[in-house]
Amino acid sequence: MAFVAIADRDHALHDPQTFITKYIWSQDHKVIAIQYAITAIAIGLVALGMSVLMRLQLGFPHFFSIIVPNNYYQFITMHGMIMVIYLLTALFLGGFGNYLIPLMCGARDMVFPYMNMISYWVYLVAVLVLVAAFFVPGGPTGAGWTLYPPQAVLPGTPGASWGIVLMLLSLAIFIVAFTMGGLNYVTTVLQARCRGMTLLRMPLSVWGIFMATVLGLLAFPALLVSAVMMTLDSVVGTSFFLPAVVSMGQPPTHSGGSPLLFQHLFWFFGHPEVYIVALPAFGIVSDLLSTHARRHIFGYRMMVWAILAIGCLSFVVWAHHMYVSGMNPYFGFFFATTTLIIAVPTAIKVYNWVLTLWRGDIHLTVPMLFAIGFIFTFVNGGLTGLFLGNVTVDVPLSATYFVVAHFHMVMGVSPILVVFGAIYHWYPKITGRMLNDTLGRIHFWLTFVGTYAIYLPMHYLGIMGVPRRYYAFSGTNFIPPSAEWANTAITISALFVAAVQMVFLFNLIWSLKNGKPAGSNPWRATTLEWQTPDTPPKHGNWGAKLPVVYRWAYDYSVPGAEEDFIPQNQPLEAGMAAGRAHGIKP
Amino acid sequence: MSLSVAFVALLAGVVVWGLLARRLTAKPWETPGSTEEVEAEGAEGLPPAKVGLWTLLAVITSLFGLFISAYWMRMEHAHGDWSPLAVPRLLWLNTALLILSSGGMQWARAAARRGQADRLRVGLAAGGVLAWAFLAGQLLAWRQLSASGYFMASSPAIAFFYLLTGVHGLHLLGGLLVWGKTVVRMAHAGVELIDLRLSVDLCTVYWHYLLLVWLVLFTVLLSS
Repeated sequence: MAFVAIADRDHALHDPQTFITKYIWSQDHKVIAIQYAITAIAIGLVALGMSVLMRLQLGFPHFFSIIVPNNYYQFITMHGMIMVIYLLTALFLGGFGNYLIPLMCGARDMVFPYMNMISYWVYLVAVLVLVAAFFVPGGPTGAGWTLYPPQAVLPGTPGASWGIVLMLLSLAIFIVAFTMGGLNYVTTVLQARCRGMTLLRMPLSVWGIFMATVLGLLAFPALLVSAVMMTLDSVVGTSFFLPAVVSMGQPPTHSGGSPLLFQHLFWFFGHPEVYIVALPAFGIVSDLLSTHARRHIFGYRMMVWAILAIGCLSFVVWAHHMYVSGMNPYFGFFFATTTLIIAVPTAIKVYNWVLTLWRGDIHLTVPMLFAIGFIFTFVNGGLTGLFLGNVTVDVPLSATYFVVAHFHMVMGVSPILVVFGAIYHWYPKITGRMLNDTLGRIHFWLTFVGTYAIYLPMHYLGIMGVPRRYYAFSGTNFIPPSAEWANTAITISALFVAAVQMVFLFNLIWSLKNGKPAGSNPWRATTLEWQTPDTPPKHGNWGAKLPVVYRWAYDYSVPGAEEDFIPQNQPLEAGMAAGRAHGIKP
Repeated sequence: MSLSVAFVALLAGVVVWGLLARRLTAKPWETPGSTEEVEAEGAEGLPPAKVGLWTLLAVITSLFGLFISAYWMRMEHAHGDWSPLAVPRLLWLNTALLILSSGGMQWARAAARRGQADRLRVGLAAGGVLAWAFLAGQLLAWRQLSASGYFMASSPAIAFFYLLTGVHGLHLLGGLLVWGKTVVRMAHAGVELIDLRLSVDLCTVYWHYLLLVWLVLFTVLLSS
């Protein structure tokens, strides 16, 4: 049978008719992507607000009497959980994944559009349940985002009765939503690519999102298992995780449970989660660098293999989060080794990004600024990761601000820089208008420098031994006054960076109406999403006929070609043949 | 945890070697000389629903693998509070029901392939009804346990019993939803057998898979 792409086969697309089916109850992957993105950014702003409140407490400990210790722990918990799961995971996979996969693979939509729509609405329910925790007696849980038992469900921890149950429920709902979305992303990448789009012609963005989705599908069940079992511990009175604890003078209600079991389950999810956030960022940044440096990505095939290797290795490093948990010390040796091994494919990626820039025609556009900013920040955060991956270094540093600085650099600031870069890059395709360039540059420089002003000093605080998770440091003799001053300075920087994000939000809204019209391909990029007949792409993406792909995604500056880019769907006769024939060594 | 790691490693191996290795040696920067080469390459022709189902089965395997890992680790870490579970004898009957149910689905699938509408009806109905009977039997087993004073909070082995059977039952219930939709479509006058074939196929695969999961869970519970 001759090959017929799935999207070309005879079946009805659900053409939206009314406002509701077009924009709200929509099955169009682009609308769903925007819904995901708006929801994720909205809840992310709540988390940003909570980090501001935490910083106010740390920077000016005596000024804000309304922030009591319980609030502080609730802010820590919700800030972490929202940023990692409800913002970054949802935005990268639900937002960018939804928007980019069908467009970059040359499909008309996801393969299961109805399930895709349900995925968003279930995600929204998860967010609402999470928000509901703020309004129940006792407020949201303050157990820390890792939700370690037994303290998570014992009286004394804020939200131990209602908050924790809502948190676990919300996570379970999120996982259901993610699974529905994830099945879509994986199946679409595997089955709905257009003619000629072989796996190795896919842009790295798709590779990153694809592998992150696979990781999510296999790792989120671990979180589901621990959430279900902890809910039962807290509501029904089982003892999966809860040992016999005499709490507040009450006789123990549980016996024999294993808190360590929870930690294993949690981090079996938790570490792949780092790469669920990082791999899409890796992929997207590769495309940004290549497009804006007008040069093919260096070592494309190696990049793909590195993504696969990182994905597989990320499942065997989880216990490096548990060096201080009291697990068998021999495990530490094994997990330190695997942790350092995972640095190899990651370093390959970093080299390849830098070598892509080498002798490229670098355009310092706003997306490019963010992409280069990402390389710097990721290298910084990655290097401190080498410290913390070693047991002997980790043990003294584990409970200090060094860890806070490390993970904020490597999986907070780095992916967020990519998110910003990606929004500046694809906003013209999504809305048809450019974001304001000047505001974008202001946003980049103040954010980039500001985050360094926040997190670099934290490394010093950590080495000094300032413990993390503390509400206030007064009366602790081992912390010198200079640490307090550093904290004040960090808080001022944090307030500043938070304020700068309002510039970005303003830009997003202002440019909708007032931005410069973008045209269909403002960055002169090769990938398929820039070759759609309409901008923004209409329902069905490609008009009457699906595109056919003739070349890889990185034909930039091909010698002898008329333009400095050749779109993937340009037939061979029309453009110049690429690659080896002209002596380019990839 | 070692079980889950082994599963992920296995899956990674299968994915990387079976699916990707031969294609990931391509050199995409070299554009092929003719368009005929392009024609041959692209996404595979399998129905997306099938790929979706197999992906879902991988997710569910990860879920049950982790539940079983948790079960073993809890047993290992127990400080003298693990008392083995007297599995209700009813479970043997339930297991037989589920095996028959799976057989019914297989029969329906074979009938659908050969285009025998009557047999398809019988097989599909039998498969579904037996699955409902299995669920009823599981509920009855729960009732027996609770009637003899064993509740979730009584002991960890019993908590796991309720938990594992419950999660398995929920998955079967999800399968029965799809089964119900298929039955409704089948009852529709004028439906072509060919339109049902994919649904019956997918249901059968899912049924066999849940039978396998149940056999593993049952073995694990018996060995407590």
